Amino acid sequence: MSDATQTGRSLPDRLTTRAQRIFRSWEALLIVVAIAIFIANAIASPYFLNAWNLSDATFNFTEKAMIAFAMALLIIAGEIDLSVAAIIALASTAMGYAAQFGVDTPGLMLIGLGTGVLCGAFNGALVTKLALPSIVVTIGTMSLFRGISFIVLGDGAYRGYPESFAWVGQGYIWWVFTVEMLIFALLAVVFGVLLHRTNFGRAVYAIGNNPTAALFSGIRVPRVKFILFVLTGLMSGLAAVCLTSRLGSTRPSIGVGLELEVVTMVVLGGINILGGSGTIPGGVIAAFVMGLVTFGLGLLNVPGIVMSIFIGALLIGVIALPRLFAMVRRR
Amino acid sequence: MLRRFALSREAALLAALIALCLLIATRFSGFITPANLGRVFNDSAPLIILTLGQMIVIVTRCIDLSVAANLALCGMVAALLNVAFPGLPVIVIITAVVLLGGLLGAFNGILIWKVGIPPIVVTLGTLTIYRGIIFLISDGAWVNSHEMSAPFKALPRAVFLGLPVLSWCAIVCVAGFALMIARTPLGRSFFAVGGNPHAAVYTGINVGRTQFMAFTIAGALSGLTGYLWVSRYAVAYVDIAGGFELDVIAACVIGGISIAGGIGSVFGAVLGALFLGVIKNALPVVDISPFWQMAISGAAIIVAVILNSRSNRPKGRLILRTAGRKT
Repeated sequence: MSDATQTGRSLPDRLTTRAQRIFRSWEALLIVVAIAIFIANAIASPYFLNAWNLSDATFNFTEKAMIAFAMALLIIAGEIDLSVAAIIALASTAMGYAAQFGVDTPGLMLIGLGTGVLCGAFNGALVTKLALPSIVVTIGTMSLFRGISFIVLGDGAYRGYPESFAWVGQGYIWWVFTVEMLIFALLAVVFGVLLHRTNFGRAVYAIGNNPTAALFSGIRVPRVKFILFVLTGLMSGLAAVCLTSRLGSTRPSIGVGLELEVVTMVVLGGINILGGSGTIPGGVIAAFVMGLVTFGLGLLNVPGIVMSIFIGALLIGVIALPRLFAMVRRR
Repeated sequence: MLRRFALSREAALLAALIALCLLIATRFSGFITPANLGRVFNDSAPLIILTLGQMIVIVTRCIDLSVAANLALCGMVAALLNVAFPGLPVIVIITAVVLLGGLLGAFNGILIWKVGIPPIVVTLGTLTIYRGIIFLISDGAWVNSHEMSAPFKALPRAVFLGLPVLSWCAIVCVAGFALMIARTPLGRSFFAVGGNPHAAVYTGINVGRTQFMAFTIAGALSGLTGYLWVSRYAVAYVDIAGGFELDVIAACVIGGISIAGGIGSVFGAVLGALFLGVIKNALPVVDISPFWQMAISGAAIIVAVILNSRSNRPKGRLILRTAGRKT
């Protein structure tokens, strides 16, 4: 039974053109899905093809996608961070706390990003220095970080952010283009270049495919992983700044369950959950697919919980269908 | 054998659990009376049952994030069945939800076995799907206490030989698991698959099928717990046991079950669940705000995983250093 041994990672002996074709077809498949959803939405609701509505729809995914970019690198390197939503809660709480003392907007943003970096470094240190499995560590820190928010806030909430702070999450650059969209686009380019055009990016793939071989080829594996955790923390801090600015308030339950949507987005983007392969363009398209699905269903008055059925089915379906086709073809 | 137990992870955890109880007793002496400890055990019973199911899943190198959603869906189905057919005997309802839970677990299992999707992806997907289905079948409405029939609500509370049926369910599950794991080929194959899947294939064990069985059993237990949960709290709604899957995984980790697979024991799983149960029950009586609970259980997970990794460290000389461990 060959699928019995699929738990291990393996590299093909040589890169065949067929493998490349399958790899290419993943992003192609995603684009087809995205276009299909776009057309279906446009037909189903007359309110869909409206620049302002579409602009609002981007809020559905821009914040999650910021984290998803960093998470993509982390997952390609064979690790995972489930504490990202909890980092948002803690960073948001830290900003809310600071805002009580009249800290202004740049200060608040620094505090949010700084909290994210610290949380990421804590995860990274536990995983790399103590050689612990990241899934357990981040399930633990997920409770810990959000738990600290609950200790600080209880059932209360922070409001009273300075007015200029709202610009990040609610402001527009030009016409319908929001500040968050600009951040999203910039980050897509930065992460795309980082993963696909730098030595660091190559190291991430190498670690994901075979950490031992990567170590022997001179890659400082723990350091790269540590940096990736800090990066994920930083992006979570950035998402916290955007989300807090957009909502204008902080509760300890802010962003509950967001980590699952981020992982869904990453996996939907064709990034192998076992590590070693995946692309940033795939992640970008997946962000649009998820944003279009939730927005389109929202226009049709489908409740959020039912939308989650579609997201869950999409996650399983997009991965299962190519495999099922391959199984049928083999017969 | 006694010596081996004294040095084991379970003994250390048992000592920690007793120390924790004594520490709580210094603040509130009533905590360690048998009646109260019985209540704590009864409170922890759902967690114990789910932890057992999760244990075999983790031992086979998988993870099931959908257990709480499965529980909630089965609980809602049990409640709706009871409302629709008040005359239906409770045993029929229990059988139905155990089968349904097993089916939902088998759905996870079949996707992992036959389609080869990683368990974390499958159960992440089914977690949201199962929660969504609860909303669809209930229309988002609550099923309240007064709509449920008296026998439906009475069963988990009924006292038998000094303990509520809810506690007995946990005890029976623990005993059944101890037997299955020590005495049946299936129980042993869970550990064989987790310890070394390649070697397991060569000994004639079907790895995928074994993982499928683990998911099915875990699902059936979620179904049972679904009924127990809904009848005990006498309410069913979409979000019951929200986030409970993390408590279950936490209990497994604290109980010394290695997330890398192949290592774990029934006793450890029970102790891990009791540890969380004691903390949950103790916080209010020692005047700590319940808002501390989340941070404390998070810290407990991290400490437990650090301690476990120390004790699992391979002894002897390492010839080839591995750069990082697989999650």
